Amino acid sequence: MATPIVIKNLTKRFGDVVAINDVSLVIEPGAFLTLLGPSGCGKTTLLRCVAGLEDPDGGEIYIGDKLVFSHRQGISLPPGKRDLGLVFQNYALWPHMKVYENIAFALEIQKLPRAEIDQRVKEALAQVQMEGYADRYPREMSGGQQQRIALARMLAYRPKVFLMDEPLSNLDARLRMDMRAELKHLHYVAGATTIYVTHDQVEALTMSTQVAVMKEGVLQQLDTPERIYRYPANLFVADFIGSPKVNLLDGVVVEPNLVDLGPFRVAVATHGATGKVVVAVRPEDVAISTEPAPGATEFVAYSVLPSGADSIILARLGTLEVTVRVTGISTIRMDDKVWLKFDPATLNLYDKESGKLIVAP
Amino acid sequence: MTARATIQDPFSLRLQATCRRFFRWLTSTHVLLALIMLALMAYLIIVPLYRMLETTVTFQERDLLHDPNAVIGQLTSYHWVRMLVSPISRVLLYPPLEHSLVTAAGATALAMLIGSMLAWLVVRTDMPGRQIINGLATLPYIMPSWTIAMAWTVMFKNRAAGGTPGVYEYLLRRSPPDWLAYGPVPIIISSALHYYTFFFLFVSAALMSIDSNLEEAGELAGASRWRILRKITFPLVLPALLSGFIMTFSRVMGTFGGPNVLGVPVRYYTIATMIRSNVGLGEYADGFVLAIMLILLAMITVYINQRAIGTRKSYETIGGRGFVARRTKLRRWKGVVAAAVVAFQVLIIVVPLGLLLYDTFMLKPGDFSLSNFTTHFWIGASDPTIASGEPGVLRNPRLYATAWNSIKLSALTALFTAVLGVILGYAIVKGRGTRLSKLVEQIAFIPYIMPGIAFGAVYISMFSKPVGPIPPLYGTFALLVVVSVAKHIPYSARSGVSSMLQVGRELEEAAQVVGANVWQRFRRLIFPLTSSGFVSGFLLTFITSMRELSLIILLVTPATQVLTSMTMRYTENGDDQMANAVIIVLIVLVVAGELLISRLRGGSLRKGLGGE
Repeated sequence: MATPIVIKNLTKRFGDVVAINDVSLVIEPGAFLTLLGPSGCGKTTLLRCVAGLEDPDGGEIYIGDKLVFSHRQGISLPPGKRDLGLVFQNYALWPHMKVYENIAFALEIQKLPRAEIDQRVKEALAQVQMEGYADRYPREMSGGQQQRIALARMLAYRPKVFLMDEPLSNLDARLRMDMRAELKHLHYVAGATTIYVTHDQVEALTMSTQVAVMKEGVLQQLDTPERIYRYPANLFVADFIGSPKVNLLDGVVVEPNLVDLGPFRVAVATHGATGKVVVAVRPEDVAISTEPAPGATEFVAYSVLPSGADSIILARLGTLEVTVRVTGISTIRMDDKVWLKFDPATLNLYDKESGKLIVAP
Repeated sequence: MTARATIQDPFSLRLQATCRRFFRWLTSTHVLLALIMLALMAYLIIVPLYRMLETTVTFQERDLLHDPNAVIGQLTSYHWVRMLVSPISRVLLYPPLEHSLVTAAGATALAMLIGSMLAWLVVRTDMPGRQIINGLATLPYIMPSWTIAMAWTVMFKNRAAGGTPGVYEYLLRRSPPDWLAYGPVPIIISSALHYYTFFFLFVSAALMSIDSNLEEAGELAGASRWRILRKITFPLVLPALLSGFIMTFSRVMGTFGGPNVLGVPVRYYTIATMIRSNVGLGEYADGFVLAIMLILLAMITVYINQRAIGTRKSYETIGGRGFVARRTKLRRWKGVVAAAVVAFQVLIIVVPLGLLLYDTFMLKPGDFSLSNFTTHFWIGASDPTIASGEPGVLRNPRLYATAWNSIKLSALTALFTAVLGVILGYAIVKGRGTRLSKLVEQIAFIPYIMPGIAFGAVYISMFSKPVGPIPPLYGTFALLVVVSVAKHIPYSARSGVSSMLQVGRELEEAAQVVGANVWQRFRRLIFPLTSSGFVSGFLLTFITSMRELSLIILLVTPATQVLTSMTMRYTENGDDQMANAVIIVLIVLVVAGELLISRLRGGSLRKGLGGE
């Protein structure tokens, strides 16, 4: 039932700037795909290309089995013919129309009978828990309420594909949390294939079934959230995903499965790599102890940042700094001696030169 | 990868794809509208300009009088040589040029002084009655630009130009000196008293946007008041002063009314009045050479202004929050200053209008005693011994026909201008960043730098002959509408762009995504969302068109007479009382319209978007 989306070799230029550079993506039917990346990485442009609001300079887009864009064949269906709904970052509610009219507009365009329009508006408002707001003007509502109406407007229209452009970025942190849960549930109920643009990695990891990380118009990695987090395909993705940031330690392969980090050496699967490498380890994967332990290296606690659920410890050894995360409030005090130990199973190895993940051949 | 795929495709496929892409580009709404607007503007602006230029470099029928061997339509430098270097240029070009520059410079300087002073007093001091003065300060600009010129003649007319002397001589039994009665001094003063409004508006806006903290920072650094004014306030206001300068200078250069009333009777010609005189004699080519000179001068002014403002206009003086506008305390001067300002306003509004009104009740010109009182010029029946037998204006069917023409012209102009504004705004804003959009914006700007009378002149040459399917429009009412709409294109583009910018592009895209077509988008979104801009643009154009003279003076015929040209005709025929009565009717209409505007605007703004 749900619609797959296939993007082939998509390229979009604005003047001399290449906003999207040869991006290919396959989005599974019913997937919740997040386009993730820093601002200016082309994620919004990609979304707008799918919507038909921008004309790409190359490539093809299929929505379901419909070819909606092909540079080669000179085809580009107008947005209205692509059967998709779009929620904008600033909601784009029409300020001169009441909530009811905002939601009913698309249905009137489709020439649905009045009774069905009434019914659908009512349902959509109920879905976003905004019954009783039909007579408000957008400016008479808070940002969070406007957000819900924008969602209702899309839901009532019942498109095959949901497109959302940073829909939560204008909300405060608390509301954003609530809306994440709502959105995920709505997607679960509606089952429509969704493309969701965000620069917030937490949003991407918590909500998606697929994450596409982009940088400067180039697709870096398309994977499940779990694999994006656990096996970042390159140093950019590794560095971009995760808070606090991953530890990236420069080293040299001295013999198979052994990397010299300077002050000490770690065991890690090198898969035949040689020369300069980068060892990546998530802060929560580093074991920390106030007692010496076999295979552990002595560091000094430079700073300790407890935040309730967990604590961040910055440990230093000469110029080497490692961030460690432990659950609960840490009893370690600043300038304490600490011993860090790395588990080879949690380490990722990257080629220093290309920045790519070194995997088994 | 795509490149390789394209190369492999057969030529016919690639051609088909290219055609499809081109067709899609062509039929996208903003491109289509931009192209239509380009065609329209080419017809309204570019072709007339070209025709005018062409006329000046080819022999005209008229030239057979001077040179029997001339071949009509043949290329010649005759007109340019004649107007620029021949002995006759020392009559036809250089003195009027000098007069135009002198009066424009003088009026601009005086207007700057008056406008900036008033702006500072209203915005930055604790002078009592600021609100009232703020309202009164724009009143002279609402009246026709030569109102004060006409009042001036009632007061200071002497026998230098023949006819009967004015109030000054009647009261003092002494003739006012020639320099006071006619020529540059009265032209400068009367123009400045009209155009100072630009400076007042621009400078008040600038002063209002300057946070006093900027000045206080200077004060804390130990700078003296004068130093702060010179080093901090003045540079911040400079862009506003320069905008006021260019507006005023080019307007006075192209203005016809004042110099016609105060200069022409003593043969003190400016370029504007000289163009009229040449065109009146049928010497179109010579008149067009002058018009082109005037356009060039205006272009130079704009160029200098843009060079000077360039980097400066980007001053970000609005800081967002923490905004403080401190007012200078006038202390014991408070009363004196307020009295002086009120006296000034009375002097430039009440006295001129009073003089004009009084004059319309005087039977014999030059006699201002009460025994000469008459209501003939208002409600008298036709009397062959007075004013060539014209009945009083209120019983004069010609006045009603003319007033109706004025209203019709203004309403049509305002309507077309407002509609064009929406279309231009859409085409420019939606195409932002493309060359097409820039081209539309630039061409739309051209009429702005064309002085009114020169623009009118352009249209003589254009529409005296048929253009394509359009019949010759010369002498028709339609031509007046066309020229007024064309001249307003820069304003419609600007207001269209600013109201379209307020409609975020997502608002339209949200409708596109759900399949609304162009017409549905315009009807349900664009028009309602820009309606307040549409209405205020309409009303503003309506008022400015009501009192437009320079633009249409060369194009009106007795059948298409409007109120402004009618007063000018009466003035030129020496029927001063009739002229003054007509201009009073015009002022009443314009001021009533203005009051209506502020009513309507107040109402529509409150209901407007985002308003509380």
